Amino acid sequence: MDNREAHVADSQAETLRAATVSYAVRLGDDALVLGHRLSEWCSRGPFLEEDLALQNVALDYLGRARMYYSYAAELEGQGRTEDDFAYRRDARQFSNLLIHELPRGDFAFTMVRQLLVDVFNTLWLEQMQRSADQTLAGVAAKGIKETRYHLRRSHEWALRLGDGTPESQQRMQQAVADLWGYTHEMFEMDTLEQSLVAAGIAVDPRPLRAPWLQQVTSILTQATLSVPQDGWAVRGGRSGYHTENLGHLLMELQSVHRAYPGVSW
Amino acid sequence: MTDGLSPEDNFMRKIEAGEKIEPKDWMPEAYRKNLIRQISQHAHSEVIGMQPEGNWITRAPSLRRKAVLLSKVQDEGGHGLYLYSATETLGISREELISALQDGSAKYASIFNYPSQTWADVGAIGWLVDGAAIVNQVSLQRTSYGPYARAMIRICKEESFHQRQGYEIMLVLAQGSPEQHAMAQDALNRFYWPSLMMFGPHDAESAHSARSMQWKIKRETNDDLRQKFVDQTAQQIEVLGLEHPDKDLRWNEARGHYDFGALDWDEFYNVINGNGYANRQRIEHHVQAHEEGAWVRAAMQAYRDKQRVRQQTTTQVAA
Repeated sequence: MDNREAHVADSQAETLRAATVSYAVRLGDDALVLGHRLSEWCSRGPFLEEDLALQNVALDYLGRARMYYSYAAELEGQGRTEDDFAYRRDARQFSNLLIHELPRGDFAFTMVRQLLVDVFNTLWLEQMQRSADQTLAGVAAKGIKETRYHLRRSHEWALRLGDGTPESQQRMQQAVADLWGYTHEMFEMDTLEQSLVAAGIAVDPRPLRAPWLQQVTSILTQATLSVPQDGWAVRGGRSGYHTENLGHLLMELQSVHRAYPGVSW
Repeated sequence: MTDGLSPEDNFMRKIEAGEKIEPKDWMPEAYRKNLIRQISQHAHSEVIGMQPEGNWITRAPSLRRKAVLLSKVQDEGGHGLYLYSATETLGISREELISALQDGSAKYASIFNYPSQTWADVGAIGWLVDGAAIVNQVSLQRTSYGPYARAMIRICKEESFHQRQGYEIMLVLAQGSPEQHAMAQDALNRFYWPSLMMFGPHDAESAHSARSMQWKIKRETNDDLRQKFVDQTAQQIEVLGLEHPDKDLRWNEARGHYDFGALDWDEFYNVINGNGYANRQRIEHHVQAHEEGAWVRAAMQAYRDKQRVRQQTTTQVAA
């Protein structure tokens, strides 16, 4: 390899590394923001056992956020920490999928969101375990175990609430309708992910839509709920274009950290 | 061995021999009631205690602190669960226990009527409130009712972890920036005295103490437990480099304990009687969550009922 080739190879490796940092950060954002929403249920669950179960899931997501951010920080090598990613960026710099930032709503909304996300995550993590990036593959291997348990829960809740009382069914159907337009974004890929898919690092989410729809349809039908038409779609999370909810979430999440800059906690 | 003893005498024989009373054993009605009062109050305290700490989960200033706090609050809820189960062994249902909490006939630790106003309060609660709870709970590991004693053994292990975490929050703040140090001092000032009051009134004025001691439900007096806590906390405050809130605190060589200032019992009763900053909020929050969850619980029941009917139908068809 002459100098010029070596230079090109270096610069390609550098581009890939930077893309992996961004990818890890967006995955961290997904986990942090959804974990935050789940943690809002603390002391507000419909009964104590469920309150604790929701906190358990929130903790799994928080743990995932920390692994992704720490990896991004390490890979970036500029002395940032997991907390810099979580606490020192503004809403427009967050790249989570919008579905994660929507307010927790009622218990039906929370559980339908979990169901839609859990089905997606089982499919996505399954493949992510085979990522060429060993760290991301490792996070996925840990995550898939948690997510299978999450899905068992959200599946059971969908059945109980969908096929429960007229009120619970109506609330569930409403939640499905309110969330459906935010699911399309999960299956889209931007140029950043394209480059990482080519390198075997990221998962191409587009082919996951068919098995996702099949599983979700099967669960919703079993729960006596109908699957909405694909009439509307909101997108933009990956490029930092958010709903108004994220700003308020971050305002709260970051308030103490930002009020006392540069100190340890 | 026990032949010829009346149930009452046999009960007292077991208590005196240090044997545990188990759910199926005969026990005096007053013993049962006393236990229901004490264990359920303990369970309610764990559950209501989730609120002041939960108040900071979404704002915890680092991801590590957030994870520790979230899992701590989850542990507290778990303690509430074991204790509700222990109370249920005495023949009372969870629904009855929850209504008693919500209508005010059952109490919870009055310390949770104090608001958690700053991040340092999370540290102070873990260190002082859990610390005081541990002193009490260690002695309750030897309580005479088996399910309660076993719950205490399990709970104590987790509480000591919580106390260390709370203390660590305080240590980082006390050694941090001047603002953080001030935040730690302020939290200590506000939570120190109410923590001492967690042990309850002086022995002479404690409504349930004498009989609870006789039945070995309580193993040490309020004042003895309080003294233990004052002694252990004095040194911890010194290590933090914070000012001790009690200006009358003096080491008493002859007693081998610290002498300490008088507690403001008027303030204690004032808060217990409903004039704390958070009394109404705590109960209303609990009631609101419970009412908002009513449709969920109703749906679970309806689904269970439907499943049962479906199974019966399937069985009939198969037959």
